Amino acid sequence: MADTNPSFVRHEMLPAQPAPIAAGNIIGWVRTNLLATPKDVVLTVIAIILLALLIPPALNWLVVQATWFGSDRSVCTTIVQGGIQPDGWKGACWAFVKDRFVQFLFGRYPLDERWRPILVTVMFIVLLAPMLIPKAPYKGLNALLLFIVFPIVAFFLLHGGFGLQKVETPLWGGLMVTLILSFVGIAVSFPLGTLLALGRRSKMPVIKTLCVTFIEVIRGVPLITVLFMANVMLPLFLPTGWTIDNFLRALVAVALFASAYMAEVIRGGLQAIPKGQSEGADSLGLGYWQKMRLIILPQAIKLVIPGIVNTFIGLFKDTSLVSIIGMFDLLNIIRLNFTDTTWITPVTPITGLIFAGIIYWIFCFSMSRYSAFMERHLDTAHKR
Amino acid sequence: MNKTLLSAAIGAAVLGFASAASAATLDDVKAKGFVQCGVNTGLAGFAQPDSAGNWKGFDVDYCKAVAAAIFGDATKVKYTPTTAQSRFTALQSGEIDLLARNTTWTVNRDTALGFNFRYVNYYDGQGFMVPKSLNVKSALELSGAAVCVQSGTTTELNLADYFKANKLEYKPVVFEKLEEVNAAYQAGRCDVYTTDQSGLYSLRLSLAKPDDHIILPEIISKEPLAPAVRQGDDKWFDIVTWAGFALVQAEEFGITQANVDQIKAGSTNPDVRRFLGVEKDTKIGTDLGLTNDWAYNIVKGVGNYGEVFERNIGASTPLKIQRGLNALWTKGGLQYAPPVR
Repeated sequence: MADTNPSFVRHEMLPAQPAPIAAGNIIGWVRTNLLATPKDVVLTVIAIILLALLIPPALNWLVVQATWFGSDRSVCTTIVQGGIQPDGWKGACWAFVKDRFVQFLFGRYPLDERWRPILVTVMFIVLLAPMLIPKAPYKGLNALLLFIVFPIVAFFLLHGGFGLQKVETPLWGGLMVTLILSFVGIAVSFPLGTLLALGRRSKMPVIKTLCVTFIEVIRGVPLITVLFMANVMLPLFLPTGWTIDNFLRALVAVALFASAYMAEVIRGGLQAIPKGQSEGADSLGLGYWQKMRLIILPQAIKLVIPGIVNTFIGLFKDTSLVSIIGMFDLLNIIRLNFTDTTWITPVTPITGLIFAGIIYWIFCFSMSRYSAFMERHLDTAHKR
Repeated sequence: MNKTLLSAAIGAAVLGFASAASAATLDDVKAKGFVQCGVNTGLAGFAQPDSAGNWKGFDVDYCKAVAAAIFGDATKVKYTPTTAQSRFTALQSGEIDLLARNTTWTVNRDTALGFNFRYVNYYDGQGFMVPKSLNVKSALELSGAAVCVQSGTTTELNLADYFKANKLEYKPVVFEKLEEVNAAYQAGRCDVYTTDQSGLYSLRLSLAKPDDHIILPEIISKEPLAPAVRQGDDKWFDIVTWAGFALVQAEEFGITQANVDQIKAGSTNPDVRRFLGVEKDTKIGTDLGLTNDWAYNIVKGVGNYGEVFERNIGASTPLKIQRGLNALWTKGGLQYAPPVR
């Protein structure tokens, strides 16, 4: 048996082959991904032509021709329009964004007091960063600080009190307002939405009816209508001399609105949890709240992270609707400047809107990336 | 009264934000230490925050004039930006003391809405802008034109009335947002742009070739823009009224922000001396519930009507609006103040 060496067995090792062309280098990647079939070739060529047509003019407009420095409209207008640029000039007017940048951030918040929103932002980042990093310790304390202590401190810092000069909310504006509305909306809607979702699945008729009514009424009305009612109708119902701060009205409207949507998203997660989980918890002798907190909600919420983040992103962008009640969030403070005689030019609106788009995109994209990270982090079994 | 105060106190305690308003607006304003003034959320030359966030503009100066008359300090104003819809509620509910927001004075607003107007601070009217290349000299030649107009404004209704009255055909191109109307006009989707004339001037600045467009001479509507107060407080109404008249009267006297001190010290004209509160035994200011140097404070704080006009919307600004109807009555315009005596 020792020197049996059947002819169908190879006698020596084969030499190493070069890697297949599809792996490793750029040419391979291009071949497999862009030029695999004639149809792919056609699509690739069309795409390249389109990009070649779009990108150079866009870059030219956004960067090459753009104006970066200046303090009034003359730098962004041609000679016939009363400016200094040559005829036929077209480009972005970044000087406008630069001149009004601080206003875009803080609205009309008094100049001397602007350290206060900056301090609030720093506090927020310091508290939020460890909250977002799963490995960071002291989550409970951190959450307490971020969701209970921080809002109170931030309120007094921004609004005044305890020796600080009072800054009325009509002076607030810009990105600051957008972020406050979003933070409050998110911070309120998540717990409130969870409670509403649990209430809607509850077997207690009164609680169930209340939750269903709340959710259906709020979801059945456009946000803009709620804001409009709060701004235009509410003061007429209140006794003379009563006014509720405009900003507070917007905060309540936005938070309640997001809660109703959040409730339905979380209910979707709750329904996806098999009954066996609940029965298992019951058999261990857990009470209702223990069962929800330890068994059901952690699984349910994990399942609906994309839906939750979707609601948050929607909420973030919906905050621009507060313009109809005379508040200036990021988008509206930018739009407000379009008609300012110092900067009124043909290119001001488009530059401002592009800038607003970039800022919104940065925030929404960050939220979306973070949720993708969280999904991977929490993924235990369900992923296919 | 007690009930109002009580509810206001409860409101303030519960909400932490409330401000009180009752029948005696002047007392409230004096107690608060500032005038709460409703202005536009942003209209070129009329109300607009600058890069430091301070409100500037023609209407804003009217708020300042009232504050100057009461406190001797034109900066004691707080502004509430109001939209076209929210302005009336804000005034009715007492959220603001005074509405200076390019609001057209109409009988409906004077009666049904419960406001009071007494003088016009800016005579506006709806006009048309067309490209020069159309070779149109008058609005009557606009038959068949596509007209760009912003939705939800009286502009839209005036347009329909005018074309119907003159038996002209037209095609309205309606948009919600100002930028959209501008873009449509520039892209040539319509031949004519219509809005209030003051708005046309600011719009022209945002066109690629401003000089290729002309504003037609026809004004198809009367838009007397006037500050408004709530009905039921005549004393406050008087103060707002005479603060406005004082601006016009100062221009008629030739008193400016720069020379007011000099004139106050040196003038021998009894009319002027009475106006500035230096004539003996004058009671004009105290009768208004103010001090006798109320008019002096106004001129010192914001200047006279001509200065307010020039600074915000006049020939030296990018808007380059002519005085036109807003010239003094002595110069062929309509700005006329009853005698201050």
